[in-house]
Amino acid sequence: MPSLLFCGPKLAACGIVLSIWGVIMLSMLGIFFSAKSAVLIEDVPFTEEDIRDDKNPPQNIYGLYNQVGINCFIAAAIYVGVGAVSLCQVRLNKRQEYMVT
Amino acid sequence: MSSLFRSEEMCLVQLFFQTESAHNCISELGHLGLVQFKDLNPGVAAFQRRFVKEVKKCEEMERILSKKVFYYKMHQVIILTYISDVNSTFEKLEQELREINRNHAALRQNLIELMDIDSLLRMTEDFFEEAESLLTYSEPPSEDSVFIAGVIKQDRFPAFEKVLWRLFHGNFVLRHAEMQATEELQALRGAVKKDVFIIFVQGDHVREKIRKVCEGFRASLYSCPKTLYERKQMSNSVMTQMQDLRMILRRTEEYRAGVLTRAAEHVQEWSSKVKKMKAIYYTLNLCNIDITQKLIVAEIWCPVSDLTLVQSALIKGSEQSGSSVTPVLNRIQTQQTPPTFNRTNTFTEGFQAIIDAYGVGTYQEINPAPYTIVTFPFLFAVMFGDCGHGLVMTLFAVWVTSQAESLRKWKNEVLNDVVIGGRYIILLMGMFSIYTGLIYNDCFSKSFNIFGSSWSVRPMFHPHGPWQNETLHEYHHLQLNPFVPGVYSGDPYVFGIDPVWNIASNKLSFLNSFKMKMSVILGVSHMLFGVALSLVNFVHFRKFQDIFLQFVPQLIFMLSLFGYLIFLILYKWCITLRSEMAPSILLLFINMMLFDYQSEHVLLYRGQKGVQIFLVLTAVLMVPVLLLVKPFLIYRTRMKTRHQVGEQSRATLSQEHMGDIFVYQAIHTIEFCLGCISNTASYLRLWALSLAHAELSEVLWRMVLQVGLKISSGMGSLMLVVLFAAFAVLTVTVLLIMEGLSAFLHALRLHWVEFQNKFYEGSGYKFTPLSFDSLLKTQH
Repeated sequence: MPSLLFCGPKLAACGIVLSIWGVIMLSMLGIFFSAKSAVLIEDVPFTEEDIRDDKNPPQNIYGLYNQVGINCFIAAAIYVGVGAVSLCQVRLNKRQEYMVT
Repeated sequence: MSSLFRSEEMCLVQLFFQTESAHNCISELGHLGLVQFKDLNPGVAAFQRRFVKEVKKCEEMERILSKKVFYYKMHQVIILTYISDVNSTFEKLEQELREINRNHAALRQNLIELMDIDSLLRMTEDFFEEAESLLTYSEPPSEDSVFIAGVIKQDRFPAFEKVLWRLFHGNFVLRHAEMQATEELQALRGAVKKDVFIIFVQGDHVREKIRKVCEGFRASLYSCPKTLYERKQMSNSVMTQMQDLRMILRRTEEYRAGVLTRAAEHVQEWSSKVKKMKAIYYTLNLCNIDITQKLIVAEIWCPVSDLTLVQSALIKGSEQSGSSVTPVLNRIQTQQTPPTFNRTNTFTEGFQAIIDAYGVGTYQEINPAPYTIVTFPFLFAVMFGDCGHGLVMTLFAVWVTSQAESLRKWKNEVLNDVVIGGRYIILLMGMFSIYTGLIYNDCFSKSFNIFGSSWSVRPMFHPHGPWQNETLHEYHHLQLNPFVPGVYSGDPYVFGIDPVWNIASNKLSFLNSFKMKMSVILGVSHMLFGVALSLVNFVHFRKFQDIFLQFVPQLIFMLSLFGYLIFLILYKWCITLRSEMAPSILLLFINMMLFDYQSEHVLLYRGQKGVQIFLVLTAVLMVPVLLLVKPFLIYRTRMKTRHQVGEQSRATLSQEHMGDIFVYQAIHTIEFCLGCISNTASYLRLWALSLAHAELSEVLWRMVLQVGLKISSGMGSLMLVVLFAAFAVLTVTVLLIMEGLSAFLHALRLHWVEFQNKFYEGSGYKFTPLSFDSLLKTQH
């Protein structure tokens, strides 16, 4: 089996830090989008038609909010995966360090 | 009492100790790290000092010990005959190594020769066969056909051949072949190519000639037996000899490696010993040795509170050296200025270092460091104010602080000094930034709505307010009117800026006004604090006259102008005004200075005109007080002493000229008065940098992360993953590192210039004790 190691110790450490930050921040963003926070209104991709042609007033916008929230949660899950991969890389790097010396 | 408030009281002490105990005493003082030696031979050049040879030898040893090719240079170490501990082990080691190296070289030479013979024997097999066939063809084998075999360097071979031709006129048979370069041979001898050759000639007498030629060409000759059987025997014996030699060589190398590894364990210890030795000799160069060569006199600066520690260290040192006489400490009075010593611990060290970077405090002057511990991170945070970035910075600082020791082995100088040395500064900066981020309500450019906004949009609509459904379609921008009931709840947001401002398009108009006024308030308060610290200095140095001639006028000047400005700002914030009719504070201030009171100007409160005129006149009155009173008093005292003493006083007029005093006072006054205005304006950088940071943060969010958020389809999450990584990297590099450095620099400048020029003189020199700890730390 070829070596599973494809990045050095520093890149793997950066990967772990980035993943932790990504998981925390994206899941919090997801929670805030699901809570329909007003401050995040500019991040929701609504158009004029969404507001004007709305049968049931805020439901269109609420639906969009939910969509963006779900996107954020999925991205957070992907970052969990990236974090796991980075953790493996860190472990493999440490093992290789022992074997070389 | 030692504290960070003021630098320590120092005393000049004379030390007398015996020459034999010199080493141990100075070594003990070095371990203590509380004593600075004064140079008693200032006129002597470096190469004329007494112990200069010893210092040079120490430096050379240091150089050798620090080299990485320690293994191969060890046998070149020069022995220092009077360094007692290190000497004997060094000598033994050196002799052993010399012996080993000699043996090793001899064995190697032997092995090379044997290998040559071996390859020679193998190659000449063919030659002999060929030669025998030739000779049988041409003529009967005669007894006096001679053959000589040897090895020669390949590039010398053509010339060799030519010489032989000239000698024997072609009456010889010469065969040569390149020697196979095995790896072992290459390792032993290098990449030199050698050829094996064999010469067949007639006649015995030519042997001598050929030998001479071979010597000339530095070819090595080997005897080669005639018969096949003998050659085979020789080959076998050579083989066995080579085996033996190889084994012996390997054993020798192992032994040498063992000796060197054992020595290598001590390298660290030796190099620190050598460093200490060099420091001790350098210190001895600074001392005086008296006529009898038995007594050393040294003058040291040391803190008064540590005199007992120094005494006990000296006693310990003299006991160690076995001398019977205890060293004598003699405190002497002096007019020279002692060095400035601030006792710091790991936490306060960083802050003291950034103060000292601009100027070390004058002896016993008040130390700005304890206040800097709070004001510096606070002013940084005012410019950085973002709780998300502050959180990242705090986490980074916590990691560095917990891993400080293991991170010190990173040899990078910048990282070591700045990041690890300043880890507590960064930690405080981060924590304060979280606080100001919460006040600005800014986290990665988004606000938190924790307590419920005080503004509400619904009351603007019918029936409470003027808006209808059509209003929304007609206008792109609408303004909330706080005088419509219900729009503004009447109570401001509990903590910080209301989150509604984050989504308002006139956010910057509001925030700019707020931040500018806040900067002026912070600036004037900081400067007033600086002026108050000058009072403490005057009291300590007993310059009571200066309190009334400098401190009081300065305080009144600042308070009447800029204190009043702060009052105006705070007053305007507290009262309710209609924004169309509110007077601008800037215009009020300008009109106050120009005495411009026209009836259409709106004033903030009744009686404002009278108050303002009074304050401006007071401030203007303080200027001649600052400018003229002190020089006049000096002039008067001089006139008085001159009248009283008469002619003798003229000889003692080595003081400054009256003109110089007036000019100095004028400069000082102008610097203060104009400086007040320019320094207050300088504090507006607090507003400018926080605006820049907020805008950069918002741009980063809008241009990077929002692009990913606005994609509502399934691909949105993948784009979000990639864009978030870009967002994180840009946040760290641009917003944290670049903006962080910028805010750090500006906060530092505010401290160094605007704050410290109100009270700090900074013309001292730093206390640099002989300390082995700091010596060995800088080694790494």
